[in-house]
Amino acid sequence: MTREPILEVKELTKAFGGIMALHRVSFNVYEGEIVGIIGPNGSGKTTLINCITGFIKLSSGKVLFRGKDITGKAAHKIADMGITRTFQIMRPYYTLPAYKNLVIPLFSPRARRTGGWRGGGKLGDRNTVGIDILEEIGFERDSFVPYKLASTLPTGYLKRLELARCLALRPEIIFCDEVFSGLSMSEIASMVPLIERLQMDGITLVMIEHRLRELFRVANRVMVLNFGEKLMEGSAEEIMASEEVKEAYFGSEEVEEVMSHA
Amino acid sequence: MAQTRRKERLDRGIRVRTDGLYALMSWRELSYLTLPRVVLIFGVLALPFVMPSMYWQRVISIVCIYSFLAISFDLLAHFVGLVSLGGAFFVGVGSYLAAILNTSLGLPVALTIPISTVLGATICTALLLPCLPLRGVYFAIVTLMYPLALARVIEALNILGGTDGIMGVASFPSRWVEQYFMIGALLLFLFAIRRLVNLDLGLVLRAVKDNDQAVRASGMNVTFYKAIAVFIASAMGCLAGASLVHIYMWAGISQFALDFSILPIAATVIGGAGTLTGPLLGCFILVPISELLRAFGTLRIVFYSLILVGFIVFRSEGIMVYAQRKYHQFERWVKV
Repeated sequence: MTREPILEVKELTKAFGGIMALHRVSFNVYEGEIVGIIGPNGSGKTTLINCITGFIKLSSGKVLFRGKDITGKAAHKIADMGITRTFQIMRPYYTLPAYKNLVIPLFSPRARRTGGWRGGGKLGDRNTVGIDILEEIGFERDSFVPYKLASTLPTGYLKRLELARCLALRPEIIFCDEVFSGLSMSEIASMVPLIERLQMDGITLVMIEHRLRELFRVANRVMVLNFGEKLMEGSAEEIMASEEVKEAYFGSEEVEEVMSHA
Repeated sequence: MAQTRRKERLDRGIRVRTDGLYALMSWRELSYLTLPRVVLIFGVLALPFVMPSMYWQRVISIVCIYSFLAISFDLLAHFVGLVSLGGAFFVGVGSYLAAILNTSLGLPVALTIPISTVLGATICTALLLPCLPLRGVYFAIVTLMYPLALARVIEALNILGGTDGIMGVASFPSRWVEQYFMIGALLLFLFAIRRLVNLDLGLVLRAVKDNDQAVRASGMNVTFYKAIAVFIASAMGCLAGASLVHIYMWAGISQFALDFSILPIAATVIGGAGTLTGPLLGCFILVPISELLRAFGTLRIVFYSLILVGFIVFRSEGIMVYAQRKYHQFERWVKV
């Protein structure tokens, strides 16, 4: 693996009025790895994703993607470069069937440019490509599930649909905002290999997660945020061993429980 | 008392067998699908023959004009999520353009209408562009503001004929041409828009309404797609305005009247929002009623309001939604 970072975040700062949501957060993401971002509620994890993907304007700092400055670009332009994200609160198109939900990203300039007929370009039918992607992500092809309205799907499928929307864009990076939250144990168990497969397909993943056990299983590196500042960064073992993180985040009993399961 | 019976609704066979796509197996099924469309098309085409007098034939053209506006409102409000009060704006821009093209440049009707449709839609879209990135009520406010402002500007600066308007605009060659042009264009736009909302592009527009953040996250410029929709909708409005000028042979500030904004919305409510055909039906009911009530003078607004309130209270879903349900589903009472 070459150690040229695919994404560099430098001194990213975001203030909402007087509240400092993020304060000089810097980190690098390397191609093909899975980076976990953890931190207590309100520590600025989702804000960080929003800033990087252009959904909110950052106050200061720089974001570089493959050495190119993407700071402050419009959200759709950043997504067009292959930096995609899921939403913590799922945002499917409720009035459309699941597979039609994918017609929209497949219609995007990026999908048409990069996907060829597989992206539903000139020769491809976006409906069938959509169903193919849904099958890859764990919708049973021959069942009714891909054809059901998104408003009738259970949470597990909606989380997958969020990922599918990113995949339709043939992304280089996916920012996953709590894809495990709200899922049952069995749903999480089937989600983990999916994440691992995305990594094998060469997609870089940045995952915000509260389900630490599963995150530590898949993540190559973990970054801890606390009150908008980067507390530390390291492997799962280093994070769990750190007294600082324990104090800020886990509470001592809880970390032992997590350790015993990991 | 506990309820002992409930109404059960069952889809008719052909709807059950395929969800959205139809596989036709017989003439019966073919006619089941095509009959409503055939009835609509031939019903509307037959109208000029059925009407008893010149006066009522003229009403047909006016109905068509309001129908354009109602379909344009329905497209923006229920497929893109932009609540438009811009009927008057579109009609005004379209009619003044057609009048100028006809009287100053001497272009014939066959050219003024298409040119003012496209040019008018471009102007309207450009003027509305600044408020397209915003979400919420701003679009409605701005579309309401423009016709009011433009009428006052024309009045105050005494340009474009001032309060007298632009007179001496050419009329359609004959009233048959007028009516069949209006009806033909209306049917064309109706079916084109119905097709559009089911194309991939239409799905993107509907997605913008459902969830614009997800559309942005899919790498698409939401404002651009909103602008496309506004262009299509305002093109319909400008076409209506341009035709109106050639029907009245006059363009004036009354073409910025709020009737053009409000009546289409009422028609959409009555006809069934989000059906596209419903607004058309709504206009075919509301506009003649409003003509019939003309004898009552200002009292007609009262009757008119009562009809509206009645619909909103008793059939808020709209005629078309109700009719579609009755057509596509069996209903029966079953014991609980």
